[in-house]
Amino acid sequence: MFELIAPIFQRLFEETGWNFIIFYDRYEYDRFVTGISISLQLILWSTLLSLVIGVLGAWVQTARSALLRGIVDGYIQLFRNTPPLIQLLFFYFGLGAFTPQVDMGGYYEPMISAFTWAVLSLGIFGGAFNVEIFRSGIEAVPKATAEAAESLCFSSWQTYAYVTLPLAFRISLPALTNNLVSLAKTTSLAYVISVPEMTYTLNQVWSDNINVPEMMLVLFLFYVVVVSLIAAGLHALEKRLALPGYGR
Amino acid sequence: MPLVSVRDVHKSFGKLEVLRGVSMDVKKGEVVCIIGPSGSGKSTLIRCINGLNDIQRGSILVEGQEVNDPKLDKLALRKKVGIVFQQYNLFPHKTALENVMMAPVKVLKEPKREVEARARALIAKVRLSGKEDVYPGHLSGGQQQRVAIARSLAMRPDVMLFDEVTAALDPETVKEVLLTIKELAAEGMTCILVTHEMGFAREVADHVYFTDRGVIVEHGPPEELFTEARDERTRRFLSQIF
Repeated sequence: MFELIAPIFQRLFEETGWNFIIFYDRYEYDRFVTGISISLQLILWSTLLSLVIGVLGAWVQTARSALLRGIVDGYIQLFRNTPPLIQLLFFYFGLGAFTPQVDMGGYYEPMISAFTWAVLSLGIFGGAFNVEIFRSGIEAVPKATAEAAESLCFSSWQTYAYVTLPLAFRISLPALTNNLVSLAKTTSLAYVISVPEMTYTLNQVWSDNINVPEMMLVLFLFYVVVVSLIAAGLHALEKRLALPGYGR
Repeated sequence: MPLVSVRDVHKSFGKLEVLRGVSMDVKKGEVVCIIGPSGSGKSTLIRCINGLNDIQRGSILVEGQEVNDPKLDKLALRKKVGIVFQQYNLFPHKTALENVMMAPVKVLKEPKREVEARARALIAKVRLSGKEDVYPGHLSGGQQQRVAIARSLAMRPDVMLFDEVTAALDPETVKEVLLTIKELAAEGMTCILVTHEMGFAREVADHVYFTDRGVIVEHGPPEELFTEARDERTRRFLSQIF
């Protein structure tokens, strides 16, 4: 791949001055690829964490215990009503200060890496919205449908697993797509705690090479492509799961 | 011994007393219709029989099993008592066949192949052959209701409850649903129906109960109740219907 595009961008630079150094310099290219990989991992893990939190949180909110519901409610209020940037800083610098350091043989490293803090922080941020999204989906499932399952001997857990959840998930999907797209974009904030994802990487590249407009363009296109793919995937899922005869 | 025995049942929703001392007996193979004005507690009564609503006082025995018992095994009760609702309440994400198969396979853990054969036979029985793989959203109300009946029968209940099953249907499709129930009754299935279809009640029922404001005003064989009702309220209700 690199061998293929390098001469083209090398010539482009020599002839026009447009410096896409990440496409013709081996060192910068490797940096760029690592940035892509870290960004995608960050999106993947924080999305998965936010989904797990969403499903569990929504389930807890149907619980009888007012204490449990109150805890989930407090969590939602806290993380929905504060900026994700502040949350990242709080997790990394606030909580990070209290986590133990590990001897790596001569030098010390925090037990929880910046990347892990970013996954935790972003997952918890996205999860707060997912809880509300799944809860509204569960509430939109007609009570009578669940009752029909119960009258057919389904236990309350079986009713939840076979009827309520599959229907709630379908109802939740459009709102979930919005939130996951938003979460994918928010991962760029991990830049402030020096996670070498795409934004951070390209910032370093343009600092070293003074090619800000070119790298800005790449950065912009990177998010366009990644977020479009996520949205397209989720829309395809939505279409696949659409209830025949309902809606479209 | 009656299959279902209801004794002095009282049921309130908050301050509203919906059932105020209702008693009835249903023998095996009998078809019983419950008629009466809206809000008289008909639906509540049959929902109590399979434990969807709990009661405050009284006793409901189904094959000798007490329903009004905090330690009630609801699953064992519901295996014996099937119910069909006014709004069908099919699972919209499953095909007709899957709707019928779901409970026996997932809950009773019966072998899938066996259940499928039975489910196909039941769908044929309710005259929906060819609709096995159609989703509820693509079926008419009457077709959905017949799938709901087949779904309930797949659990091999001893008694079937029908809660105003034709009330949401247009007159054309009412007929096909009633025909299905009539065939069931003819086969000896014990049926308890809440209905506004007086002609049907008259034709199919062995016994008719007239309820008003939470009590059973009077009951008897249909020819008796429909022609020579003793109570003024029954007469007034019937005269409004016919």
